[in-house]
Amino acid sequence: MIEFKLPALGADMDEGTLLEWKVKPGDRVEKGQVIAIVDTAKAAIDVESWQAGIVHRLIAEPGQKMPVGTVMALLLEPGETPPPAEPVTATTQTGTGESPDVASSTGALRKVGAGGNEDVPPGADSSRKVGAGGTAPPAVPEMGERRRISPAARKRAAELGIDVGSIAGSGPQGAVTLEDVEAVAQSRMPSAAQKPTTDRRAEMRKTIAAAMSRSKREIPHYYVSEDIPLPRMLAWLQESNAARPLAERLLPAAVLLKAVARALADYPELNGHYLDGGFRAAEKVHLGVAISLREGGLIAPALLDADTKPLTKLMQELADLVRRTRAGTLKRTELTDATITVTNLGDQGSHGVFGVITPPQVALVGFGRIAERPWAENGGLKVLPVVTASLSADHRVSDGHRGALFLRTLSDLLQQPEELAK
Amino acid sequence: MNRNQLRDLVIATLQNIAPEVGGDTLRDDLPLRRQVDLDSMDWLNFLLGLNKRLGIEIPEKDYARLTTLAALLDYLQHELTERSAS
Repeated sequence: MIEFKLPALGADMDEGTLLEWKVKPGDRVEKGQVIAIVDTAKAAIDVESWQAGIVHRLIAEPGQKMPVGTVMALLLEPGETPPPAEPVTATTQTGTGESPDVASSTGALRKVGAGGNEDVPPGADSSRKVGAGGTAPPAVPEMGERRRISPAARKRAAELGIDVGSIAGSGPQGAVTLEDVEAVAQSRMPSAAQKPTTDRRAEMRKTIAAAMSRSKREIPHYYVSEDIPLPRMLAWLQESNAARPLAERLLPAAVLLKAVARALADYPELNGHYLDGGFRAAEKVHLGVAISLREGGLIAPALLDADTKPLTKLMQELADLVRRTRAGTLKRTELTDATITVTNLGDQGSHGVFGVITPPQVALVGFGRIAERPWAENGGLKVLPVVTASLSADHRVSDGHRGALFLRTLSDLLQQPEELAK
Repeated sequence: MNRNQLRDLVIATLQNIAPEVGGDTLRDDLPLRRQVDLDSMDWLNFLLGLNKRLGIEIPEKDYARLTTLAALLDYLQHELTERSAS
């Protein structure tokens, strides 16, 4: 029997709310298949199975909020036969006369259907460190006082984002009925419509606050910056875009990201994670891209394998990532696997930015606005488009000298844009 | 399509990207991107939306001229007239 547990969901995120199962008992599941959608403070995330199997039993219910590490479902291993007895009763503290399905849910129904729309600094606390603090409760967490509630009422309450614990039941033995839920929904109409947004915004702020406080507490940052002239890059981009249909046009941001990914090849000490008192260089380059949200806050999901993808593909994936981040539908790996973060202020931003590293990453690259500036060269002065690139890095792992060399490499790469296109 | 209809269409396209935009509060004579927070990806998506609705593909070299809503409407109107004339 495979226990499918709620995996880590990014830096300092220790709980999630099940929004939806994408499978049902009896379904065959492939490794990597999305089997559930889980809501976090920042976004709704597709959660994949890390093993192949057959769904035996779904334990968590839509609307249920649970800590990382909670067993959400049981899967049969390929070839395994289902056990005769109901194994779940062993972990579920029965005794209320309810069916196991109902008994296994907790009363914590919240925030369902808010539409996931926020961000999360990435954080590669990936699956190996499941369970914040290593104390993941086994099966069902927080078995508080359970309410008698009909499945239809529970489902409706989840849809409406109403905590069933707050509803007075009018059914037999105080059971909460569908009508009770609807009545509460009616009476709460104005506030119920407002609440998810404010809740989510506040939660996201808290998540960012936790990650950034941890960063400034634990990571001794150093900063270096370099002004990079971009006339060649922009001229190349303009020429290249003139030949491309609108839908395939490249943005300067995509070229900058590509250059960072390439430059990292020579600076492994900037690409990876600081975990358990030591640095582990990452083998791949997954660029966390800081994306701001219209309602405030930001998420930095990962652009996977950014160093090896051709520029056109990277641009398409960047556009897709921005779209899905703003729509609140990200994959779990995108929230957990970034190996370094890039923040690009874009053409409405400031000249430069010195960012806060997302733990457990060890570096962050920042780009300010590309703008025309006076440029001195060979004893002469001219006006060129320039971007200020910065590096914030972890002094436990690298030194300013190497950081400065990295920025010079980045600058050199940006002088040969046609090479970056490959 | 008259100018008001065109303006409504442009605002509706913009609202797909920036839902908070109100057509009545937007000033036609002030830089659009000072009034609406549009990053370069938003801008590209806005142009894609206009392309879908009007069939006009604005080349990158013309971006610099399209700072205000009025300039954008002039540009689009001109393109639409050109197209119907040919």
